[in-house]
Amino acid sequence: MTDAATVGVLCFPGSNCEHDVVAALEGLGAAARIVWHSDSDLSGFGGLVVPGGFAHGDYLRPGAIARFSPAMGALSSFAERGGPVLGICNGFQVLTEAGLLPGALMRNAGMRFVCTTVECEVVSSSSVLTAAVPTGTVLRLPVNHYEGNYTVNAEGLAELERNGQVVLRYRDNPNGSTGNIAGVANRAGNVVGLMPHPERASSALLGSADGLRLLESFLAAVANGAGASRAPRVAS
Amino acid sequence: MIFSVAVEVRPLEGIANPEGLTIERALPALGFTGVRGVRVGKLLRFELDAVDEHHARREVEQMCEHLLANPVIERADIHLEAVGGTQ
Repeated sequence: MTDAATVGVLCFPGSNCEHDVVAALEGLGAAARIVWHSDSDLSGFGGLVVPGGFAHGDYLRPGAIARFSPAMGALSSFAERGGPVLGICNGFQVLTEAGLLPGALMRNAGMRFVCTTVECEVVSSSSVLTAAVPTGTVLRLPVNHYEGNYTVNAEGLAELERNGQVVLRYRDNPNGSTGNIAGVANRAGNVVGLMPHPERASSALLGSADGLRLLESFLAAVANGAGASRAPRVAS
Repeated sequence: MIFSVAVEVRPLEGIANPEGLTIERALPALGFTGVRGVRVGKLLRFELDAVDEHHARREVEQMCEHLLANPVIERADIHLEAVGGTQ
């Protein structure tokens, strides 16, 4: 994947997984660069990742303040054009607060911070994160969060199921998430959020390399030019 | 006019509230056995300068909609009280 477009990895005050994401993507032969949250120009990137951490200290609610950062406006426009966007852990919380993904992430049902490796099943291939991974594949991925309890009402859940927007499910629910949901996509499938950290499951030495399968799928979407090249051009 | 504002943000009916459940389970250990339905939210207090109560309320409603509460999981109740004239 030598000609893959560059992936932008957003960094907010309090983000802490941006370097891990860059390392995992570079390990797959992609180019990735960290972008500070006050940068409102994200042109030139073929894909965007909102990494884990505690953006703006998680004050008020995780992701509540981060969504007002200038980079988020540019990210929303990129997502609207069909560009591949991935939110991991705190990044997932940011994308739900920004309204780019349905639902919300609440405090874990057991009132415990969970830090372990879980098994997740790929249940839909209609997203940029899972397009290249067969449905039914079980992946071992680390989770590391206090507010990962995915919450959506009954109608919302039915709609997600109907549209194939539930992309990953926990086999043994660690946090009380509705429908054992570990990851969801938007209706178009180009915006995906998940609580597990695929970038940390990037080497057998780290306990699992299963996360690479998801990141490879994401990079394939980036290389295909989903978004940027298909953006409607306005003649000037 | 200056208004003293209190915004009470609480989990929507039907949304699980693990904090509340944990507190509810702890209270009987201290002998408080009659407690039911504990729900934990948050309270935000601030002062607001607005022309009148109608405008103040509208402004706070917009704050709730855009930032202070997440409508997917929370509702916000607004309490307003005029505390003085504009400086």
